[in-house]
Formats: sequence, C-alpha cells, structure tokens
Amino acid sequence: MNRPIRRVALVCLVLFAALLANDNVLQFAQAKSLRDHPGNTRTLYAQYDRKRGDIVASDGTILASSKPSNDALKYLRVYANGPLYAPITGYYSLIYGASGIEAAENSILAGTDDRLFVRQLSNLVTGRTPQGGSVVLTIDPLLQQTAYQALGNRKGAVVALDPSTGAILALVSTPSYDPNLLSAHDIATVRAAWSSLTANPNQPMLDRALDQTYPPGSTFKLITAAAALASGRYTPQSQIPAPNILPYPNSTKSLTNFAGESCSSTGTTTLIQALTISCNTAFGDLGEALGQDALRKQAEAFGFDTPFAVPMKSAASVFPTDLDAAQTIQSAIGQFDVRATPLQMAVVAAAIANHGVLMRPYLVKQLVAPDLSILETTKPQPVRQAVSAEVAAELTQMMESVVAKGTGTVVQLPGVTVAGKTGTAQNAVGQPPHAWFVAFAPAEHPKIALAVLVENGGGINDATGASVAGPIAKAVLQAALRESS
Amino acid sequence: MTATTEVLRILRPRRPRTRRGVELAMLLLAVIIPLAAYTIVGLTRSRHVPADVLTYGLGLGAVLVVAHLAVRKFARYADPLLLPCAALLNGLGLVLIHRLDLAGPKTQRSDATLQLIWSAVGIALFIAVLALVRDHRRLQRYTYTSMLAGLLLLAAPSLLPARFSEINGARNWIRVAGFSIQPGEFAKILLVIFVAGFLVAKRDALTLASRRFLGLNLPRGRDLGPVLVAWLVSVGLLVRGRDIGMSMLFFGFFVIMLYIATERFSWVVIGALLFAAGTFGAYHLFGHVRERFEIWLHPFRYAQTTGYQLVQALYGFANGGLLGTGLANGRPDLVPFAKSDFIIATIGEELGLTGLTAILLLYVVIVSRGMRTALSVRDAFGKLLAAGLSVSLALQVFVVVGGVTRLIPLTGITTPFLSYGGSSLVSNWAVIALLLKISDAARRPAPTRIDDATVVVGS
Repeated sequence: MNRPIRRVALVCLVLFAALLANDNVLQFAQAKSLRDHPGNTRTLYAQYDRKRGDIVASDGTILASSKPSNDALKYLRVYANGPLYAPITGYYSLIYGASGIEAAENSILAGTDDRLFVRQLSNLVTGRTPQGGSVVLTIDPLLQQTAYQALGNRKGAVVALDPSTGAILALVSTPSYDPNLLSAHDIATVRAAWSSLTANPNQPMLDRALDQTYPPGSTFKLITAAAALASGRYTPQSQIPAPNILPYPNSTKSLTNFAGESCSSTGTTTLIQALTISCNTAFGDLGEALGQDALRKQAEAFGFDTPFAVPMKSAASVFPTDLDAAQTIQSAIGQFDVRATPLQMAVVAAAIANHGVLMRPYLVKQLVAPDLSILETTKPQPVRQAVSAEVAAELTQMMESVVAKGTGTVVQLPGVTVAGKTGTAQNAVGQPPHAWFVAFAPAEHPKIALAVLVENGGGINDATGASVAGPIAKAVLQAALRESS
Repeated sequence: MTATTEVLRILRPRRPRTRRGVELAMLLLAVIIPLAAYTIVGLTRSRHVPADVLTYGLGLGAVLVVAHLAVRKFARYADPLLLPCAALLNGLGLVLIHRLDLAGPKTQRSDATLQLIWSAVGIALFIAVLALVRDHRRLQRYTYTSMLAGLLLLAAPSLLPARFSEINGARNWIRVAGFSIQPGEFAKILLVIFVAGFLVAKRDALTLASRRFLGLNLPRGRDLGPVLVAWLVSVGLLVRGRDIGMSMLFFGFFVIMLYIATERFSWVVIGALLFAAGTFGAYHLFGHVRERFEIWLHPFRYAQTTGYQLVQALYGFANGGLLGTGLANGRPDLVPFAKSDFIIATIGEELGLTGLTAILLLYVVIVSRGMRTALSVRDAFGKLLAAGLSVSLALQVFVVVGGVTRLIPLTGITTPFLSYGGSSLVSNWAVIALLLKISDAARRPAPTRIDDATVVVGS
C-alpha cells in the first residue's frame, strides 16, 4: 500500500503548494489593486479610527471637525455651518468618498502625510493614538456669511480675493447643500441624501465658483481693454469707433448695443467712456482691430485656458480658437464661446488691483500638526505680470469711472473709491442673461477684489448686471472695508 | 557515515528514542506563542498587558502538560510533532476568536471563553482516546458499528425537524439544550474507520477478483457494495443538507482510501469522473451551487449582496499584504462569520502572507507526519486509517482555505483547530489522538530486539 500512500502524500503537498501560490498572488501581486479597489471601504474605515483634523477658517472658526461617535466608527465628521462652507470643505463620506478640501488635503487631515511622519513614528513608540493635522483656510467667515446672505436664494457664486496675496477670502456657491447629510454613518440615509441631492435640478452640489464656466459678457471688456492698452496704440483717452450698429463682416447680421441704445452721437468715443457705459459696438470694433491672437494672449495672461489649483482644481476658463471676424467681435465682449469661472473673473480684478501682478489664488493658509506646531505656511506666489503696472493703473482709472458715473454706480461707497465692471451675459436663447459684477476697493490700496455671478439674474430686456449682482458686490466690499478699517 | 559505523549501527540496534523531550520543548513554544499573541492583542487594544495572561498561560500549560503526560503513558513512541502543532493551532485560534470578540458589540457573550471550554473538552477526548484505544487495530472490530453510527449522525439533521437542525440555511446541525453540534465532523472519523476496516477485510477480494469494464478493472459488486452504498448515502445526505464543503470532503477521502487499498488507479479516474458529473449535476440542479460558482467567478459583481463576505475577505487579505496589519490592528470584523468559516481571512489580514504561510506549514507538518505514520505502520488497517485521517484533514484545509482565498468556489466548512466551533475542535483532537496512537504502534520497537535487528537487515 505504500506506493499509493506516497502518491497521495504528494498530491496533498501539491494542494498545499497551490494554496500557498494562490495566497502569494492574492496578498502580494494583487494586493495593491485590491486595496485601491473603488468598493474597498477598509482604507476609509481605517481613517475613521483616528481623529481626523479640523478645517478652520482664518480667524479660527472651526468649519469641519471630528466628534467621537458611539457606533461602529470611532469618529463622526461634523460641519458646523454646513451649507455656507460646503463649496470649500466639500464632504467626507463613507460611501461616496470625499470632495473639496476634505479630498485635496486628505493626507494631512487623515494624518497619513509624509510631513507628519516623524510625529506618527513617535506616536508609534509612545503608543498615543495617531491624529490628523488641521488645515487653516484663508476664508474670512464674515465675508463668506455676507456674500452667502446677499446671494440669498438666487443661483450664483461670489469669489473674493486679497489682491496682494491671492488669498481667497470668500468662496460662495448657491444653492448649497449640507455635507453633514453625506458624512453620516447610516448608509441608507446617506444614500437617500445623495440621490436627492444629485437629482435636484438646481444642482446644489455644483461648486459654481470653481467648477462652472459662464459667458463673462461685458466683464470681459476689461481684458479687451487691457489688450488694447498693452498694444501701445491706445490710451484711455484714445478715440475709438462707437457706431450704433456694427455689421459683422461677411454676414447680414450685426452687433448692437444694449436695448439698441446709442453709445455716442458722433459715432466715436474715448476708450474710457466706452468701458464706463459698457459700449458693445466700440469693444466689438476694438476687438476686431486688435485681432483674436492679441485677445487670446491677454486672456491667457490673466489665467484663461489653465485650471487654477486652490488646491482643488478649478474648471479652466476658455477663450476659443480659430475665430472668424464675427466671432472675434462677439468674443471681445465676452460672448460667443468665451467662458469663465467666477474665480477667473475675480482673479482678473485682483491682478488689475495688484499693479498687474497675478497672484496664485489659494485657500489653504496653514497646515498645522496635531501638536499645534505649524507644518507649512503658504507663501503668496506671483504667477506672472498679466499687464504692466502702467496698464493696470489705466485700467483702474477706467474701472473707477464705471462706478463713479457709468453702469456700476450701484456699488459706490461713501469715502471709498471703488473700481468695478458690470456684465450681462447672454446665454441660451429665451433664458434671462447672467448678471456679473467684478470690483476691487479701495482703488488706491486695494484690500479686496471680487467677482459676483448671478445665474439668469438679468431680465429679458432691461436688466444689466449692475442691478442684480451690484448690491451683492457692494455688501461684500462694505463688510471687507469695515473690517479692515 | 562510513560503511563500518553503518554496519555497527545495524548490528547493535539501540532502543528507538521516544522523542518525548522534543515534544515537551515544542509544547512550550505552543504555549508561549499564543500567549505572546494574546499580550499583543491586549497591548494594541487597551495599551496594557492583559492581567490574566499569566493565569491563561499557566492554565494552558497545565492542560498541555497533562496531554503530554497522557502521551508519555499511552503512546510513548508516538510522533513528537503532532501534539505541539495541534496545540499551537488551537491556541492561536483562541487568541483570534478573543480578538474578534473585542471588535464586536460589548454586550455580546465571549466566544473565546466558550471555545476555551471546548478546547478543554477536546483535549479530554484526546486523552480518553489515547487511554481507551489500547491498540488502534481494535477499532477494526467496530467497522460496521462505525458505519451505522456515522450514517445515523449524518442522517440526524434531515430526520430532525428544521428548528433542531437548520442554521443559516444549511441543515447540517443537531441543536440540543443550547448546544449546536455539527454531526458531519464526527461522522467523518467514524466513516474513515469504517472504510479502512471494510477495505482491509475485503482487500484480497478487491485486488484479485475483478472484471474489466471499459478498460478499467472493476471489483465485484458484492465486494464493494457496502462501501459504495455508504459513500452514496453520506454524500447524498450532505448534499441534501446543503453542506457542499463536507460532501466534497467525504467524496474525496472515500476515493483516495479506495485507491490506497486497491492500488488501482482506475478508482481515481472513476472518482474524478463522478466528481465532474456530480459537480455538473449540482450546478444545474441547485441554485445555491450555481450561486457559489457565480460568486467565485465574479465576486465584485456581487460585492454588495451574495459576494459581500468573500469580497470583504479579499480586501482583508490585501490589507494584510506581506507582513499583516499586526494583531488587533486590522478590520477582520468586517468579514461576516470571521470567527468560523473565515478565520483564515483574519490571519491573512493581521498576520499577513507570512503568518498565513506559517499556519499552512503547520498543517503541512501535521499531514506529512500523518502520512509518514501511514507509511511506517506495519498493519494495513493502520495504514489506511492514518492515511484516511490525514487526507481528510488536508482536504478540509484545502477546501476552506482555497474557498476563502478564491482558489476554488467557497463552501462553508471549518478550519481545523482554528475555527470557532466545538464539534470541529473536539473531533479534530480525536483525529490527532488516533494518529498519535498509530504512530506509536509504528515506532514502538518489537518485543524481541534480535528479531527486530534481523528485520532491519533483511528489509
């Protein structure tokens, strides 16, 4: 019987060898792909085992924190003022992952970042529970609150920057949502919340300030004006054609002014006056004279065609390519296929305010270790000279004129010079236009630059950006200047 | 070794060493390793050494010393590695169940304590088998008794009303007075004894009187009838009770024991064909079998439903990687039934590929020692019994570990010595006792030393 026993023993050995080989494949070869498998909540569960760091506003207000929880997971993520800060903090969900700062700074918040390595190592030795670090934002809660309330239940966005640093002081998108609904631990309620949020036609989870592009309309005239001044062939006082009707080349159609108004009785006007009253035909003609390449170059200098990383990646604003003459005319006044995020237009205002130097917009002021030592402080970072200091000064002068006696008088503030530009952007046929307002103040030493967008905020016929977006801009400027004085 | 010393060694045969010292030293390790693991669990969970570590250490040590003394008394020449390997697996299983207890709700009863009691019962049975089975050949007398008892045990769940026999859809339990017994685990041993006894009795008839059919040598019906009937009935009962794992195991050891007894490879061919036909039939007849195959092939498609358990186990294995998360640092509690069918996933996650390899090698040692016993024991019944018990252990480990690591479709079956569950633990201790008894017979010197030397020279 020994021969078959030997053979059977060999078979048993082969069975065990197969088990071992298979386990090597499973735990070594496939381990990484299994760990990164989208359905694998284990990594997430592990993150819930330690206290995730706080997300804090610039004044120390806690926006997101982790509270001890009594269920299967040790900590629950809580958002103190959820909807107000949702476009910034994002959500942190067991089943839907994370977004916003929660995703962008996850390694610090979760405590897995290499910059925390030495501390985690000492935790390992001393046996303390590892913790996540905190993220301190540049956000000013007062401005955030003011902008959010001013937008009210309209759909829109406000982005406010410190022009000299690029620090984002407010970043509002409405309608918003409560991230607490998604960070809950009960899977069924989270699923229900998610499907009702994603099914909502008002798209509350869309970050309109960063992720959505809109036709910038007349606010784009700032860029056309900048391109003109930068060419050296124009000054604010240059006379430029301002016809009542600007026929498109090779077309029977033509460009008119708002409500068919006339910009000038003589058919020409100064550049500064054209911007002050937001004359479409003058800027259309100017754009055609400058050419699409000059316009695109200037737009790109202001940040078009490249996403910003604040650190969340924004949508890239777009200046279209391969334009014919008619399309160039339309693009020069921010129509046709020109698209910009509210962040982009705030950056344009900030760069003009900052003597032409475009600062990288950023949300994270500091990263703080669990022991409260500062890991990293963001240094303001100049990206490029978008326009020369002279051109910036001229543009400022023109924007002051807009507020002093043009379309933007609604944002005038007592004792402060405000520079601004209105915009009313046509979009889909039959839809009310989007209302824009970009501004900075005080014009001499700007403390704040902002862009306001109200989706479909204008009336079909007569509303301009000023009447809808202007008061919102004014409220935020007022709050900012009251604070800094 | 030179030729001269070789000749001298043969001419002056020494009394074979009992190796009991080795066993005692190994048992010490089998106490120390689980205690270290228990301490690590305590340190990780609550940052201090558990207060009862010494109590448990002394208790475990005392129980194992008693087992060791029983081996010294009743199976002096037995294999020295079987008891320590089984004890180590049992000890680690206890720690893992304790670790999973800690991850569960605080109000829940301690499964580790219950398992500890079952371990004591298992070792008591181990000692009882050593003491009562004076010679393993005596078991041959109970060939038909074993068959009857084994089949009755298997039939009991089907005969009893469902409320006494059904747990989680599988009707393979006997539930009495708060205890659940898996009769299959005990029937396994009884039927191995029956098959060994029967085949030894009919061995000559089986090997000599045969007919050729389709190119295969088949024995006469009356020679093989009873074993075939027992085979079909037991596998049929298990299939009826939806116990796929156990039915595969029974099928496997029947075929292999037939092959060993008859030395006819044709049995392996017939077995393989029957297995293929059975699998094919079961696939088409039973929805639950089809479901197992589906989950095996596309686990992630069913990640939230029927494949949840397997997928969670796979994530656990991946989370463990090469070295594991460390005891009590992983989340094996995310896998349903982590304590019983999926205890291997806990090992894979927290002890890693390294730890799981070590555990599998412990089984390799047990199986190879059992096989070596089968080779060296002199009587045919002992050979068949040792081989049958070892093979069934190897098959059981293969079916469960292969299922949990997705080498083969998953079938619910316990991991010997590690899984939570009294029946499996107690019955496996009886298996170890039987193997020890046979290995004792194999290595025990024959009464007259001169004869023994002659045998050595002559062989």
